[in-house]
Amino acid sequence: MEHKLPELPYAPDALAPHISKETIEYHYGKHHAAYVANLNKLIPNTEFENLALEDIVKRASGGIFNNAAQVWNHTFYWHCLSPNGGGAPTDALAEAINLAFGSFAAFKERFTATAVGTFGSGWAWLVEQPDGTLALESTSNAGNPLTAGNKPLLTCDVWEHAYYIDYRNARPKYVAAFWNLVNWTFVARNL
Amino acid sequence: MAFQLPPLPYAFNALEPHIDAKTMEIHHDKHHAAYVTNLNAALEKYPALQNKSIEALLREINSVPEEIRTAVRNNGGGHMNHTLFWEIMAPQAGGEPTGALADAINKSFGSFAAFKEQFAKAGMGRFGSGWAWLINQGGKLSIESTANQDQPIMEGKLAILGVDVWEHAYYLKYQNRRADYIAAWWNVVNWAQVSKRFAGK
Repeated sequence: MEHKLPELPYAPDALAPHISKETIEYHYGKHHAAYVANLNKLIPNTEFENLALEDIVKRASGGIFNNAAQVWNHTFYWHCLSPNGGGAPTDALAEAINLAFGSFAAFKERFTATAVGTFGSGWAWLVEQPDGTLALESTSNAGNPLTAGNKPLLTCDVWEHAYYIDYRNARPKYVAAFWNLVNWTFVARNL
Repeated sequence: MAFQLPPLPYAFNALEPHIDAKTMEIHHDKHHAAYVTNLNAALEKYPALQNKSIEALLREINSVPEEIRTAVRNNGGGHMNHTLFWEIMAPQAGGEPTGALADAINKSFGSFAAFKEQFAKAGMGRFGSGWAWLINQGGKLSIESTANQDQPIMEGKLAILGVDVWEHAYYLKYQNRRADYIAAWWNVVNWAQVSKRFAGK
């Protein structure tokens, strides 16, 4: 089964000034596209050939995991962002965040610390654990919470390619800008 | 005494056009500087460790107190790796090694071309952030790659050459094209310095 690069849910310049068109063109058009192309090269004649992407992420290791998980992670990341994003969550998601972290402000602070503190390439996640409570997770490289049985709700890509064109070494500035783009409607649907 | 950021041994623009001045400036003044700052912060409560050389500190990484071990591994590694990286590059460099180092490369890899190919492959194959290294173990050379800022000395190995494949090393000029960056990087390798390291000087 050939995997396809999913469409970006907005125009490449839609997230500016927080994330530039140039960043999106490389990040989506080159990095995300390369993971899809690599995955399609790696899976023929393997047990993963006919599996859905999420099942490959859950079962594979090595290069197939890296590329499959990066395809999944990036698609999820694009949907976590929106030109009409930002603000704060409402209803059940807001309640779950308050329950787990005390307040939305405390959650933002801790999620930011997770994103800034992820050493090297990786991702920061808000996840729902099997018992229904929310938690934060940091994964290296292509790591994805699904492999540990947690359900991703929100992610922030902290590979340098996600922010280097716009923010250089200043990852905290990128994460601060990220909050202006979070698509809370999408995040709430994941709950 | 606290660890210090060593000055870059040449101007920011000295490695142009292969590595651009802006990349060198941010890489040295921001990334390397942050590793030094964070290393010193981690060691604040451990004056005995502050007096060690970076090599001695990292060689015994497993005896560093657990509460600061990851910080020392990441930031001490970052400090030592970048210090080495600046030294093994130079303007008007590149070309091929000579003398004993050339002989050892031929003996270990068959030819300089074969070595370059294997070394570039190690850099390309490092998924995420990290380094590719040329390791000298008693005259026998080998190629390895490490994740993030891990330094071969943490496993008792002597690196005589290394290429930084963190995206911050090449993204401003080469973006996603790591292969182009590594191809260009050969033009700034300071083989005289690598030979000195090979000779144990």
